[in-house]
Amino acid sequence: MMEERRLGIVVSGSLTKGVEVRLDSAMSVEDIAVGRYVTIEGEKRRFFGMITDVTLDAIDPRLMTAPPDVSDPFIAEVLSGTSTFGRLHVLPSLTIGGDALSLLEGPQPMKTVPTHFSVVREASEQDVARVFGLVEEKQFYIGTPLDMETKVRLNPAELVKRSNGIFGKSGTGKTFLARLILIGIMQEGAAVNLVFDMHSEYGWEGTSEEGRKVKALKQLFPSKVAVFALDEESARRRKVSTDFVVEIGYDEIEPEDIAMLRETLALTDAAVQAIYRLSRRFGERKWLESFLALESREEINELAQSLGEHEATMAALHRRLDSLRRLRFLVPQARDNAIQRILEYLDRGINVVLEFGRYTDYTAYILVANLLTRRIHAQYRERMERAMGEDIAKPRPLVISIEEAHRFLSHELAGQTIFGTIAREMRKYNVTLLVIDQRPSGIDEEVMSQLGTKITCLLDNERDIDSVLTGVSGKSELKAVLAKLDTKQQALIFGHAVPMPVVVRTREYGSPQSYKELGFREALELKKQAEEDKDLWG
Amino acid sequence: MPSKIGEIIQASTGEFMAQCYELHQPPPFGSLVKIREGEVEIYAVVSGAATTSIEPGRRPIARGREETEEEDIYRSSPQLAKLLRTDFTATVVGHREGEGGRENEKGERLHHYLPPRPARIHSFVYMCDPEEVAAFSQSLDFLSILVGAGSQADELIAASLRHAAAAHQDPRDFLTRAGKELAVLLGGETNRLNNILRRIKG
Repeated sequence: MMEERRLGIVVSGSLTKGVEVRLDSAMSVEDIAVGRYVTIEGEKRRFFGMITDVTLDAIDPRLMTAPPDVSDPFIAEVLSGTSTFGRLHVLPSLTIGGDALSLLEGPQPMKTVPTHFSVVREASEQDVARVFGLVEEKQFYIGTPLDMETKVRLNPAELVKRSNGIFGKSGTGKTFLARLILIGIMQEGAAVNLVFDMHSEYGWEGTSEEGRKVKALKQLFPSKVAVFALDEESARRRKVSTDFVVEIGYDEIEPEDIAMLRETLALTDAAVQAIYRLSRRFGERKWLESFLALESREEINELAQSLGEHEATMAALHRRLDSLRRLRFLVPQARDNAIQRILEYLDRGINVVLEFGRYTDYTAYILVANLLTRRIHAQYRERMERAMGEDIAKPRPLVISIEEAHRFLSHELAGQTIFGTIAREMRKYNVTLLVIDQRPSGIDEEVMSQLGTKITCLLDNERDIDSVLTGVSGKSELKAVLAKLDTKQQALIFGHAVPMPVVVRTREYGSPQSYKELGFREALELKKQAEEDKDLWG
Repeated sequence: MPSKIGEIIQASTGEFMAQCYELHQPPPFGSLVKIREGEVEIYAVVSGAATTSIEPGRRPIARGREETEEEDIYRSSPQLAKLLRTDFTATVVGHREGEGGRENEKGERLHHYLPPRPARIHSFVYMCDPEEVAAFSQSLDFLSILVGAGSQADELIAASLRHAAAAHQDPRDFLTRAGKELAVLLGGETNRLNNILRRIKG
């Protein structure tokens, strides 16, 4: 085995803060990059860690105030690495090899630090593979560590056991990452997905930052994905083959669904109270239709009086709810039960993408996502409880993907929305969330802390970075790494599904080759396969 | 055997003084010389030279008013060469003996630290040839002795490195190595380091 490049030696450190490494004089700080892996050869074991900071240092502070004549290459060369030198901050997190336990059980969490002057080297491909697991053919991987070829496996089966988050400011590739992860979950059949696709990017086709069109789930896996559309016209214009057009009847909207819209519809507390009164008066399934049917001011005033509500409150509420009429998918009586359909598909193991088409405003998104998820969750819960009681098969694990999650999971709403409940209850009912968001600071802290694995692209807002890293050991070190990610194709992954934080260059998505690697087969190929099968079976 | 250049007239463990056989021809400042002391060969770096009257009480007087050439003074007063002497001092930087230390190709061992005994008075002093200089300066441990060699230490270090560099195949590489060694030795003394580096950059 070839020896990897020697970087330097450990000079100080602590278990909580990481170790300081003095760079060898032959190494230039400019060859080092934050986020790369190193191994440290301690006396008894080897440590595996990540470079989280690079510092310039000098033996004598006077060198900074009276710099030597470095225009002379000789003097510059002599001083570099001796009087002036580089220091690395390394956050070791695992021990590999060395003792019997780690040989048997793989990398172990670190419980001590390497001794003084332990040699630090760049991690080899084998070391990285040993830490992140060998990726076998047909297994899903998310990308490669910086400057390395080894694939980093993200085990979908592990991933879907908890709710997860994908974060990053806009334009950093959240959607691409989410698409990759959804494909990974589908490929390995770890769970079935329900995607609330606000910008219609997951179902049929998405666009890259450069404006290039990329295939989305339905095109890659036609038999495993169903596209549900809220906006049939938009789908038709975009030439998307939809499987189902969703309509929601007024009778399916419960007072709780409207209460979620408190913020987007600017409802007062009094108005929300009035909704509950209305539902008691007209009945749960009738209230919205009956209320919207009132047309004249007199009728509304009369109702207000009989309910003991303020007339102005009632009028305002009526005005606000009336605005829901512009959402064409809301109809007095739905032709088909969308929730039942979605559940049927999910039951058959078919992933459902719900496209919002032109309804990209938050009112529609929050209303629909909440409404559907609440019903689906209730059904899952019931089935799961039955499965536990009667010892029958549990329902398939379900992953619900939501975008703009801070709108659902903000501090004010997290206690009320179904998504907050799912994030907290986690896997008890086999339903987990994939939260996709650009403002993680807007998400309730409790929910954030429940996310199992966080995948984050570049974030530059201090509060967002803080909220993503809450509760992670080595937070300040990871902060430096996170803020220095490239804007494209780079992500920091940490949490439940990976043994230690890892910066990956995410695998390519969008070229014919990448589709093929992800399991997509051209029609021609499929036909050939079908013919071969036919030959085989006569 | 290289030619002998002088004879020791005063010796201690760390340095010695020798009188040159030729007036006005001391070995160059910073060059490497050696002395035999039984089985041991002592290496030293020339740290200074002086030409004086042989009798401390009698100072030379100016004699050249009537002459046109400086050499004519010595020609017209041949006794002068006998009344003057050139002495040089050298700082001991290492020794070679049969056992221990770093072994060279001949199976001899070089040590870059002080010998067990000082040289004897009247020992002969020889110049080292370039191969010996190169072999001795393979290790730069002797620099730590020179760093503490008194008021002219920095000049001495610079001069000895310039001499040693000339004996190496790649002088630049040697000087860089030496410079880095000095940078470590003079960690807190940036000014001294800079002075020396400026004197050896060539």
